[in-house]
Amino acid sequence: MSVILDAKGLNKSFGAVTAAADINVAITQDSIVGLIGSNGAGKTTFINMVTGYLKPTSGTISFDGRDITRLNPRQITRLGICRSFQIPQLFNTLSVSENLRIGVGIVVQAGGRWGGGKGQGYDDPGRAVDAMLDQFHLGPYRNRAAGLLPEGTRKLLDIAMAMVVRPRILLLDEPTSGVSADEKFSLMDMVMAAVQEHKVTVLFVEHDMDVVSRYTDRVLAFYEGRIIADGEPALVLDDVEVRKFVIGGHAAAAGGGGHA
Amino acid sequence: MKLDRTGLSLIVVVVMLLVSGPFLPSWMVSLLNVSMCYGIVVLGMMLLMRTGLVSFGHGLYYCLGAYAAGLIDQVWKMPDMLLMVAGSIVATAVVSAVLGLLLAKYREIFFAMLSLAFSMILYGLLVKSASLGSTDGFNVAAKTVGGVAVEGDTLRVTVFSVTAVILGIAAFLLHGYLASHRGRLAGAIRDNELRVEYMGASVFATVHFNYVVSAVLAGIGGALMAVNIGHIDPEMTYWPQSGEFVFIAILSGTGSVFAPLGGALVFESVRSFAYEYSPNTWQMVLGITMLVVMIFLPGGLWSLFTRGKAKEAAT
Repeated sequence: MSVILDAKGLNKSFGAVTAAADINVAITQDSIVGLIGSNGAGKTTFINMVTGYLKPTSGTISFDGRDITRLNPRQITRLGICRSFQIPQLFNTLSVSENLRIGVGIVVQAGGRWGGGKGQGYDDPGRAVDAMLDQFHLGPYRNRAAGLLPEGTRKLLDIAMAMVVRPRILLLDEPTSGVSADEKFSLMDMVMAAVQEHKVTVLFVEHDMDVVSRYTDRVLAFYEGRIIADGEPALVLDDVEVRKFVIGGHAAAAGGGGHA
Repeated sequence: MKLDRTGLSLIVVVVMLLVSGPFLPSWMVSLLNVSMCYGIVVLGMMLLMRTGLVSFGHGLYYCLGAYAAGLIDQVWKMPDMLLMVAGSIVATAVVSAVLGLLLAKYREIFFAMLSLAFSMILYGLLVKSASLGSTDGFNVAAKTVGGVAVEGDTLRVTVFSVTAVILGIAAFLLHGYLASHRGRLAGAIRDNELRVEYMGASVFATVHFNYVVSAVLAGIGGALMAVNIGHIDPEMTYWPQSGEFVFIAILSGTGSVFAPLGGALVFESVRSFAYEYSPNTWQMVLGITMLVVMIFLPGGLWSLFTRGKAKEAAT
């Protein structure tokens, strides 16, 4: 498998606080990677650096062999790296179908230039929106204003909006947070079906270890801005340091229950 | 661009205006002329408001369009109505493209106040320009339309008809733009700029483009007003004029290109009749009208026609 995303020596400091320390990671195409770690461990900082929201203090990020370290979010999105947000970022006064229609329109406008020249446009915007609504089970909400959706549906729409612009890499920031325990797996099943259909590489931040072990083929464990473990889910989740600094933290936060 | 229900309705309205024009009493022609000119300006305001921006300085482009028309008549001695409108388009497009580079970076009150500042700079320049008539301004008169000489009653009807056709074209093109991929971004930018950038579209480029379009529409409205009224002066860029455009835009709503046209007609009718029957308190009548609309129709007059859709979106 070829490397699609390569981060080398990434550091990010906010004054005296180090949010990322010497992060080196290569992501292969079509992989599903889980990012775990307690709050403040550096997972979202990593996603923010990859998507151009934050610039690293030092180090480089390359996508498909091209240096994207200093590009802005729009340029990075146009290369094919898209993201969802911990707090869904929607067009609240617009309907669900219009939220998706905006993304379809952006891709159509960009034409063959999308995804670094490797993307394809949409032949029929209306049908593309319908297909997206079906894929993410959003059909019943198509005419409802996005600001009036329940939280789980907002999460789903947020992810659909990242998918509608045809990414090659999709970064999901806590896709199941705020979603009820019953809905978590159905949401992830829907997302994974979509990414597999379109052969998208996925990195997602997640606190629920059941979700991590079920959907990923690789896990990166963050602690105090560093990656302390990297490998297959079973091995990483069984790692002594991970159990102590990551899962232990979650178990404590969950009242001693733990997920792993 | 598809000819949908709105497009067809616009054609019907313009045809009705063209057919009825020669038979309408002069007071009604004047009322409709002013309403149509304001309507074109407010079409631009609507585009900006859909993008989440309110300009308190669009008098700048309204006045600039009028002065461009005036200069074509008085300085270049080419009193052709269509040439005047073309001149206003060029002048406002160039100036707004430059000023837009700065203004497109600002939002909310900063955008509103900066746009107001630019309009007041033009006011100051015009007041101090004796060659342009200073505070008195100067007269403007169209004598030909597309190279064909017109005069007397024919001129009055022709100017009315050309104004109606230009209004129809402007509304039709704006309607098409709002339904286009780029036009749809206006509402998205108003709601969430961060998301627009993370979907790969440029917020700055879209805001800048919409600003230029809105300025050009204001310029066309100004040029047509100059031809219709026959006189221009610096008051056209003074702040109450810009406030009037905001007033009409809020009164109208932003749901359709018909909203500014209807809103301008309602505004001008209320003002004219209030001035006629209550000359000392006509401003109060306008204020009460606005108050009633804002309380009972916060989405503007157009929301009367879209209540069903709003209910659907909420359920």
